[in-house]
Amino acid sequence: MSDISSTFPADRGPSQALVFHETKDLHPENGTLLGFWVYLMSDCLVFACLFAAYGVLGREYAGGPTGMEVLEIPTVALNTTLLLLSSITYGFAVLEMQRDRQNPMLVWLVITGLLGAGFLTIELREFAHLIAEGNGPQRSAFLSSFFTLVGTHGLHVTCGILWMIVLIVQVLKKGLITANKRRLMCLSMFWHFLDVVWVGVFSFVYLMGVLP
Amino acid sequence: MSAHDEHAHDSHGHDDLGIHATFKGYMTGFVLAVILTVIAFWLVMGHVFDKSSTAAVFILGLAAVQIVVHMIYFLHMNTKSEGGWNMLALVFTIVLVVITLSGSIWIMFHLNNNMMPVLDPSNLP
Repeated sequence: MSDISSTFPADRGPSQALVFHETKDLHPENGTLLGFWVYLMSDCLVFACLFAAYGVLGREYAGGPTGMEVLEIPTVALNTTLLLLSSITYGFAVLEMQRDRQNPMLVWLVITGLLGAGFLTIELREFAHLIAEGNGPQRSAFLSSFFTLVGTHGLHVTCGILWMIVLIVQVLKKGLITANKRRLMCLSMFWHFLDVVWVGVFSFVYLMGVLP
Repeated sequence: MSAHDEHAHDSHGHDDLGIHATFKGYMTGFVLAVILTVIAFWLVMGHVFDKSSTAAVFILGLAAVQIVVHMIYFLHMNTKSEGGWNMLALVFTIVLVVITLSGSIWIMFHLNNNMMPVLDPSNLP
């Protein structure tokens, strides 16, 4: 009984606020960016699983075409160029954002979106070409894991472009307010992260896939 | 006056979001990424190595270097950002990715190791 009374002093009235030891705000300055980074890391694990699946199944052709027969390196070189260019143009958009110059920022954002759309168009044409030749995902384990990995990346790029369109509309309506800047930085991380994943894709899937 | 100061501080302190991107940084990253990409494609398209395994090691090495370049110059990774929590999350993720990749490949290519030896049909009754 004496223990309880010492833990909860009876003389403290209801009006007196509880005092905790930590009085300072321990939240990091940019909690949203850290949270988004954690999301990206979890997305990284999704891609790690897909890469692992491709690593295991990538040479199981089931009598179907091999990587050397269906993967076109010049197309991938063009795609890689587009995505790398879109990374640097997004960087220029961020630089204009830091200088609070709305219209140049929007121009760079539109260019980034167009480069991303170009990447997506080439990738979808490649997929359509493969499926038309009977080399769809159902043909072999190699093609199943290939379509899943590359398709998931393409889906991310699609989401990135949609997000970019939404942000362009938001900036046009509200201007470069703090909230929009934070969103632009999140999309910046997302977009550069997609380029990082693409480095893994073109190296591990395409370049190593066509080696004899 | 105090409220005005607060506002002025707000518009300066929070707008930069703790990330200071520079033109030089982006261009350095871009040039390095281009060089590394071109080397990787040249290794394959120019048939530089006779052995596939040598080429594969070089391609994976170039990819690893390029991912680090992207992380530093495009994603602005450093040990200081967000009080080190960014780096902590990244290190944790890298550990999980390495376990996932190496573990999957190790196990899936050694599935038959502890299986019973194949019986010789001629010895069967």
